[in-house]
Parts: sequence; C-alpha cells; structure tokens
Amino acid sequence: MKLTGAQIVMECLAREGVEYIFGYPGGANLPLYDTLPQYPQIRHITVRHEQAAAHAADAYARVTGKAGVCWATSGPGATNLVTGIANAWMDSVPLVCITGAVVSWLIGRDGFQEADITGITLPITKQNYLVLDVNDLAQTMREGFHIATTGRPGPVLIDIPRDIQQEETEFEYPEKVDIASYKPATKGHQGQIKKAAQLIGESERPLILAGHGVIISQAYDELRELAERAHIPVICTLLGLGGFPGSHELFMGMPGMHGMYWNNMAIGEADLVMGIGMRFDDRVTGRLKDFAPNAKIIHIDIDPAEIGKNVKTTVPIVGDVKQVLSDLNPLVQAARHDEWYAHIQKIREEHPSIAIPNVNKLLPQYVIKSIYEQSGHDAYFVTGVGQHQMWAAQFFWNDNPASFITSGGLGTMGFEVPAAIGVQFARPKSLVWSIAGDGGFQMTMQELATIAEYELPIKFAIINNGFLGMVRQWQHLYYDDNLQSVRLLQPDFVKLAEAFGIAAMRVNEKTEVAPTIDKALQHPGPVVIDFEVEQHEDTFPAMSPGAALSETTDQPKFEEEPEPKKVRSS
Amino acid sequence: MSTHTIVALVENRPGVLNRIVSKWRQRGFNIESLAVGHSEVPGLSRMTFTVDGTTTDIDQVTKQMYKVIEVVKIADLTEHDMVHRELAMVKVTAPPKERGGIMEVVDIFRAKIVDVATESLIIEVTGTEEKVDAFLEMVRPYGIKELVRTGRIAMARGGGTPMAIEGAKGEQHRYRPAGEGKAKVGTLI
Ligand SMILES: Cc1ncc(C[n+]2csc(CCOP(=O)(O)OP(=O)(O)O)c2C)c(N)n1
Repeated sequence: MKLTGAQIVMECLAREGVEYIFGYPGGANLPLYDTLPQYPQIRHITVRHEQAAAHAADAYARVTGKAGVCWATSGPGATNLVTGIANAWMDSVPLVCITGAVVSWLIGRDGFQEADITGITLPITKQNYLVLDVNDLAQTMREGFHIATTGRPGPVLIDIPRDIQQEETEFEYPEKVDIASYKPATKGHQGQIKKAAQLIGESERPLILAGHGVIISQAYDELRELAERAHIPVICTLLGLGGFPGSHELFMGMPGMHGMYWNNMAIGEADLVMGIGMRFDDRVTGRLKDFAPNAKIIHIDIDPAEIGKNVKTTVPIVGDVKQVLSDLNPLVQAARHDEWYAHIQKIREEHPSIAIPNVNKLLPQYVIKSIYEQSGHDAYFVTGVGQHQMWAAQFFWNDNPASFITSGGLGTMGFEVPAAIGVQFARPKSLVWSIAGDGGFQMTMQELATIAEYELPIKFAIINNGFLGMVRQWQHLYYDDNLQSVRLLQPDFVKLAEAFGIAAMRVNEKTEVAPTIDKALQHPGPVVIDFEVEQHEDTFPAMSPGAALSETTDQPKFEEEPEPKKVRSS
Repeated sequence: MSTHTIVALVENRPGVLNRIVSKWRQRGFNIESLAVGHSEVPGLSRMTFTVDGTTTDIDQVTKQMYKVIEVVKIADLTEHDMVHRELAMVKVTAPPKERGGIMEVVDIFRAKIVDVATESLIIEVTGTEEKVDAFLEMVRPYGIKELVRTGRIAMARGGGTPMAIEGAKGEQHRYRPAGEGKAKVGTLI
C-alpha cells in the first residue's frame, strides 16, 4: 500500500491506539492536517498555544498511562512546545511530540520558520529524531512510542520536514521494535530482592517513600500489600500522591519542604527508608548529608542512574516497581510496628501540620479542603505551582489512583489550565477540578477558549490571593519582606470567563464557599470560581532552602483559636 | 588525580555525539580527552574518553551515558588491566644543522619522521601520555610550530573483552548506521 508520509504518521498513531492529538497548525505540518478527515478515530484538539498542547497531552498520559500525543508546526510552533516537553521530561511522562520541519533541502539554511528543534530539545527528550527519508518514518514512529512508554517513560520528539510528509512510499508497519542498545530491565535482581526482604524483616522503624514510579507502573495493589504485610507507614512524594489510598491508616501524606512535620521527623528516626519509584529530590530530602541519618536505604527504581545519584543506597534494586514488589512481597515477613506507628501518631497529634484556624477570614486552605470534601473520592485534581499546589497536596487524602495531577520536577506555572483539558479528555465522565493560582492561571488562561469550544465541564478554583503567593512567601521569609514584582494587577476573572462563554462566580466570604462549590458541581458545563482569599497566608510546614528535614518549621500556633478544630479528612 | 578511561560502543547515527556531549555538559562532567572512530562492528563507533575521578562521579558518567539510547555498551577500563596509547604529530623547527640532534631524540622514543621540509619536520610519536609528554619536552627546545594529540585510546589486555556485546557480529541485531537511504545531515554529530 503506497501512502504519504503524513498518512504513515496517522496509520502509526492509529495502531498505537491514539485517541487524541493536541495540536496547532502551521505551514510545516499542513500535510498532516490534510489527512485528518481520513482518520475519524483520532480526534484532533485545537488548543490556543502549543505549550498547552504539550501540557494537555502530558496530563492525558499521566492519567491513562498511555503516551500523550501533541504536534505543532516548525519554528515558533515547535519552540512553544519546549516548556511542555521539559515538564514531561522532569516528571517521566510518556509524550510523543511531532513537529513539522521546513522542507528538507532548506534545513540548515535558516529558512523561514526553521528552528533546530532536535538540537533545542536534546537535553529534555528521552530520544528525538529528524526524519529525512520517508522510508524511515514508520520505523521511527514505532520506535518513538516504544521508547516513550517503556523503561523510565519520557518525551520523544519526531521532527518531519514537510516534503517528507508529502512523499509517498510503500507502507509497512514494523510489527516488532528491537533496539539493540535499549533494553530496560524490568525484573529486579533476585539476590538484592532477598536482601531487601531481610532488611525489612530486621527493621523496627521502617518507612516507605513512594513516588511517581508507583503510579507509572500501576503498582497500587503491590505497594498496599507490602505496607500492610510488614506494617510500614507510607509517605507519598508530591508526584506519588494517588499511589496509595489516602483513607488507609498507613498513609502519612507528603514529606519534604512543605510536607507533614511528622514525616520529616520520622525520616530522621527511621532505621529503614524504602524509596520506591522516586528519586530523592532535594525538595524531599532537604540537606542531603542529614537525610535519614539512622536509616539503611532500599532504593527501587527503573532508572539505574537514579540509584546512588543523591543518596547512598544499602540495597539498590533496578526494575519496574510493580514487578519488583510482586517478587519482593512473598519474601517479606508479616510484622507489626505498633510502637513506631504510635510514635509517629504522637508527633502528628502534637504537630497537626495542616490544622486550619477557625477564623472568619477566607483562608485558601479552607477553600481547598472544602473542594476535596464536597467532591468525593472519585474526582481528579489538577494544580498549578505555588502555595495553592502545596495546600492541594497537603490536603489530598484521596483514594482514587493517579487522580492528583501536578507539575513536580519542573514546577511549571500555567500547567493548571491545559493539564485539566488533558485530564478531562482522558476521563470524560469524571469530575475534574483545576486548583489554580491567580498567577499561573494568567499564564495559560487563553485555553478557556479551548475548554469552551470542546465543552469540557472542568471546574476551576482560582485561589486568588492577589499575589504570586509562593514568591511573596519567600520574599517575606528569606528576603526581609522586600516584596518585589509579586503584586499582580488582576483581570476580573468572572468577566473574563464570561467573555469565553463560561459560567463564573466570585467568593469572598467563608460562608459562601460550600454553596458556591455545590453550584459549580451542579452546573453541567465548565465553571470558573474566583476565590478571593486571604492575601498574606503562608504555607506551612516549611523547610527553608538548604535546611535539613529536622529543621522543618511547623505551622505557627494560632493566636486566637475559639474552638480548636483539628482538620484531618482521614 | 585519578584518571578513568571509559570506552563506549555507540550506534553511528546522526546526533549521537551531540547527545552524549550534551549529557556531559549538563551534568558538569569533566572530560579530559575524547577519541572516536569505527569499531569492529559495522554501524558501531567506539569512543574512548578520560575523566578525572576526583572531580567527577564516574558511576554517574557511565549510568547517564548509558541512558543515551544509541549507547550499546559502556565500560570503565580502569577496572581492567589495559593497554592505552595516544598518538601525537608535532611539527618541529628543524634547520639542517639541528636535524641530527632531533633524529637522535626520534630514535630514542621510537618516533617517526613522517614529513620533511627545508626548515621543519613532522614527527609522529605514539605511546602513553607520559611518553608523549617526555618526547615533547625533548623537542621543545628546537621549537614546536604545531602540535596535535589524538587523546587516549585503550583496550583491555587478554583474550576476553569487557566490550563484548550480544549478537555483535550482526547476527541478532542490525545496527543502524547513518547513510542508509538518503544522505543524512551529518553522521554522529
Ligand atoms: C513558569 C514559571 N515561572 C516562574 C515560577 C516561579 N514561581 C514559583 S511559585 C510562583 C508563584 C505562583 O503564584 P500563583 O500562581 O498565584 O500561586 P500561589 O503561590 O499564589 O498559590 C512563581 C512565580 C514558576 N514556578 N514557573
């Protein structure tokens, strides 16, 4: 069968089971657009900025576990994808990005809208390709998906000159991918697994630090079995939230810079820390040399380069989390660590970390907690980056796997709007909340047009503190309250949403929170709620940059506490 | 200082060297020398490079490089008994009256004169870096007009090889050299 390059791309996408392409047209990818009517099974979603295409595809991938697909034209279209690609790279998200390139005979001659996108994305892709022969195209597509989705997932970029998209060749779909130099290990070393089981058996104060790898490998049951069998408290990193049920008594919440005080203390006392599908990021470990000083470390990760990169490991196990845990669990002795558990609970009682003062002011934490409580455990939550993200993470105590979608490694403001689009397409029947910062929302709010166009019933909660809140907090705490460039002139978010044809409400009283959330939940379409919250609230607990976990500052004691109300949704 | 000699077999495809160097740069690995050329397997290039183990985490160098898809095999030969060599060509000022002295040095170091002009010679010398250094010291007084060194290349001693790869002779795997089909934009780089 003779097909054009563009048709080959579409044939390959169809065979990979791709449902959606998030994209934006331009001169260099028009042949691709020309084929769209021939492939009705694949829906193209037109965003308003290519960054949004990448973020939407990224979030779609996080929720479904399948590769997300986005495309753009050459030059500015391709460079607009870059932030989204970097975001997927840092968080190990399988993304396939297809860019049109200038015609092959103009490459390297600075032709109109030429950008060396393979060069630009080299350090932020797992692999990238410039396809200069239409006969290589099917193989490259197949390889690209394989590399993006296997091993430690990551973004792959395929750059295709316009003439290659138009050229015809005999199409043959490569059934097998065999890349001699790429054979990621999935099965852990049996000897190491035995050693790990032994360490777990000997431990009196064990902890699990569960990361994104648990979600990526869908090892929910295996993690739960391990935790229950050996009675090990489970701490989830920011990206690990949603990997272990929030309602489980062994769930401890998040550690690290804005993590639960009790976790940061417990890590200091633990005699065994098991890092599972995580990479000991500095936001988690604090000052490295003081991290878990009393603990032996078991580190399970699919990427050998993560082992020993930051933390010295007693027992390293390279492999897929699901596979390793299913090999490990049968070897682990059933145990109870009641004393240890009670000890952590005691710290938790003394340092509730995320208690909300019972005041009349409209506190951002109160809004976020109310959204969780009123939305039930089956909803999906997307966040931006900053204070609201940390509060959203702190109060996320849900059971639904992979239901907390946030930009972790790169910390990309503006993720909150397009990512919600990707999640809603991935879960068309589910409730999707975007907990947005007023700053981040303004970075990508043009996507309200996409949301209106495709009638996506996303609920936006803009946590509007009138500031770039997290930066204000840093300037306040670490730069003598010298507030520079953090006060933003805000648009009227209600009018703004209405201009896009989206229902909008404003809340500035505590008593209006619950009824407004209810109204939003009743409304069948998208809703934007502008929560005008207290402007100077800081996020606690907090560990200053460069400090050790043990130096974490818990939230300050409330000045006035008429009827102290401990907040804990578990 | 502890110099590590690392050898890698990489698929000879467009952009590979760029990819590898990009990792070195991003992660701040301090690479001291680099030599690249063909290997015994068609489609695979062999790189030898040296890194200072006191300033750079060697474990991370090999692991991060292995993440580059085209890297087929990588080994730190420092852990093996190895032979390593460097080749240098040096253009030395050599008016007729000085030639005798220079040739004596060439003899002692088993170097080779590969080009003769009226006022200069090109000398080729092979050996360990120390030997090349020592040779250069000896000819420096005559005047070095131009110098080029290849950087270290190395191989493990004995019958076995840490660089053995499964199906290396192409029975099992087809390595994908550049230049199949249409001309690609550059190979390796
Ligand atoms: C694209 C981008 N630019 C800058 C930053 C630095 N930054 C981190 S948090 C933050 C403030 C975010 O403000 P907002 O979205 O209003 O959320 P808040 O912290 O107020 O909840 C900034 C500017 C970033 N993370 N991403």
